[in-house]
Amino acid sequence: MANKKLYSLAALFKTPDEIINAAKKTTAAGYKKFDVNTPYPMHGMDRAMGMGQSKIGFVTLFFGLSGATFIFLFMWWCYAVSYNLVVGGKPFFAAPAFIPITFEITVLFGAISTVVGMIAVYFKLPDNAHPLHDTEYMKAVSADKYGLVIEAEDEKFDKAEVTEFLKKLGAYKIDSIYFPEPEKYRMFAPKFILFLIVVAALTSGLTYVTLNKLMYITPFDWMDYQSKLSAQEGSSIFANGEGMRPPVEGTIARGYMPYPYKGEANPTQVLSNPTIPTKPILDLGKRKFLTFCSPCHGNFGNGDSRLQGQFPSGPTLHSEKIINYPDGRIYHIITDGQNAMPSYARQITRDERWAIIDYIRVLQRAENAKESDLKLANKESVSNVQN
Amino acid sequence: MSKIESGYTKENLPLSVQKIGMILAGIGLVLGVAGFLVNSYRASYAYLVSYLFFLSIAVGSLFLVALEYAANADWSTPFRRISEFFAAALPLLLIFVIPLFFNTGKLFLWSHSSYIHSDSMLEAKSAYLNTPFFMVRVIVIILIWCAFYWLITKNSRKQDSVQDQLLTKRNITISVIFMPIFAVTITLIAVDWIMSLESKWFSTIFGVYLFAGVVWSSLAALTLTALILKGKGYLHSAIGKDHFYSLGTLMFAFTVFWGYIAFSQYMLVWYGNLPDETFWYMQRWDGGWKLISLLLIVTHFIVPFFGLLSYEAKTNFKRLKFMSIWILCVHFLDLYWLIIPSMSRTDHIYSFSWIDFVYPIFFVGILILVFNKMTEKTNLVPVGDPKLERGLNFHL
Repeated sequence: MANKKLYSLAALFKTPDEIINAAKKTTAAGYKKFDVNTPYPMHGMDRAMGMGQSKIGFVTLFFGLSGATFIFLFMWWCYAVSYNLVVGGKPFFAAPAFIPITFEITVLFGAISTVVGMIAVYFKLPDNAHPLHDTEYMKAVSADKYGLVIEAEDEKFDKAEVTEFLKKLGAYKIDSIYFPEPEKYRMFAPKFILFLIVVAALTSGLTYVTLNKLMYITPFDWMDYQSKLSAQEGSSIFANGEGMRPPVEGTIARGYMPYPYKGEANPTQVLSNPTIPTKPILDLGKRKFLTFCSPCHGNFGNGDSRLQGQFPSGPTLHSEKIINYPDGRIYHIITDGQNAMPSYARQITRDERWAIIDYIRVLQRAENAKESDLKLANKESVSNVQN
Repeated sequence: MSKIESGYTKENLPLSVQKIGMILAGIGLVLGVAGFLVNSYRASYAYLVSYLFFLSIAVGSLFLVALEYAANADWSTPFRRISEFFAAALPLLLIFVIPLFFNTGKLFLWSHSSYIHSDSMLEAKSAYLNTPFFMVRVIVIILIWCAFYWLITKNSRKQDSVQDQLLTKRNITISVIFMPIFAVTITLIAVDWIMSLESKWFSTIFGVYLFAGVVWSSLAALTLTALILKGKGYLHSAIGKDHFYSLGTLMFAFTVFWGYIAFSQYMLVWYGNLPDETFWYMQRWDGGWKLISLLLIVTHFIVPFFGLLSYEAKTNFKRLKFMSIWILCVHFLDLYWLIIPSMSRTDHIYSFSWIDFVYPIFFVGILILVFNKMTEKTNLVPVGDPKLERGLNFHL
């Protein structure tokens, strides 16, 4: 005991009033390095101990604001810069949608930094040993007693004087607390290092085996391997070694109609519109137009793309040039493509293409309505009402 | 107990308080009548804003009193009388609602029975939104509030002389009953007076939105009054920093609560992007309102948030006084922002009018007069309350 260094004198009290009074007296007596341990938080204790406002709030504020800034910029970078993604038809930089996450991350950063900061500051990390640990004093104050500790490092500390002082305050028991034997850190002992290496090797080995071997063991493979050729597989049956046979020359698919003008510039002479623009035909044309044409040419063919610049906008269909195109020319463009527009022959059938052309003609007529049309329309609507 | 009783001696407020109240109410009344004569359309909207401001503080104070009883809080007991005095303005709501009843036609589209037949949605809503039922609703709600005010304060006042603990118990029961009733009635007030100005708009969180503002502003009124009275020495001398710190914390909490509710409402409307809902926010964005909307975010959330964040701010009486005045002004701005953009005759374009700022003068004057009148009859500190001693000894 004699060679141990004294940490503090610890006094135990029985009632909360005594401890508050003791804390006040200790402050008044001019002791700086003392602490109070109670089984529960006590109102008025901070003031009795003459403590100032804790500075931990600044840690919370700093990290909270950093978290908010970080996550907001992160989302901005993700959605508006790095990888544009339309979510719910909102702009890429959808600030209101970012707020809830910003709020959550602010709280998370603030809370975690407060706890970590408190542990780091008060426990003096990484050293978490404290002389008061494992003492009778600590057991008493964690149950139903109130304790006050005056440290030996205090400028005014004098063992006899402090003992007398604490007795006068009404302490029923006074302990001397000594610093524990300094622990020898055995972090770099060869045995420990070896243990770490074994653990690391085992963990990575097991992970590797699980992910690359165990997970690939097939429980039943009865139908996985069959004696038939899959597409693109080679075969020794045929002379050229290919498993797939080309069709006989001249074969065509059912319903296939050859298009002989592929690649030609202007084969209008030979194409004429076979449809009569009846209501069902126009409805079909409208539906197909809205599906395939409107993404680039706009809902009414004005060239105002629905894709908001994610693909080159198509030109307006109401230009003098296109109005004067014969039907066959437009049919050829839909079938064969032109400039940035690809061929739509695979998506739109021949009849549908003609129906679309009829519908485009309707749109063009509607865009260039004349005064006389208005009268006609009025007459119709009036007659509709009367009907 | 005797120590506490000796700490407070009842004093009447100086005559200047009544004078200030009279002058403000008088100026407000004259200018207010002038406003109605100049532009009765604008004036009825402006009057509604100020009436709801008055209502906020009156009923919010009653809520604070009930909250103290329901939560069995003792730290706020020394202040409770201040809230009780403000709640004494509740019966006046019945008188001041009369100008609004005469102008329902200017305020509410749904009050025109000839109009609603041309609109199927309004017709469907007319079972609820019709003038007689509306008036009955408003009157009944105010009467319920008055009844609870009377029940609670009667016991509280009686306790000053008889010092009976049972009265506190009885008040706790009354307050607990009041809580759900308050929740329903304040929602109805929000729906009837503000949401129905745009009869087709709806937001299910709207009652909570108004509630946040109501409690926030009545807390500010309480803090401001307590600070002034404390400064002049009318309050109990034991009321100190820790009490005001707690008031500041509550104001801070309701700042965040309002921000949370206001944002929740906005975000759902923004995300849903339905024309039936978004138009309400568009009215508050187009035609010059954008600036006021942004101002509201800054003044209602950002400034009080950082202004009340630190411990120093909540214990610095000057700062706290400034923030309470700020909060009262901003709550007025909030109501202004809720109501004035719905004036359809101005095509929702912002135009400044002096009429908007006349009625708050009147109502602030009335609040001061009511408060002063109450201090003459009743102790500023509930001296008979068993919780008072603990409340005065409250330390963090």
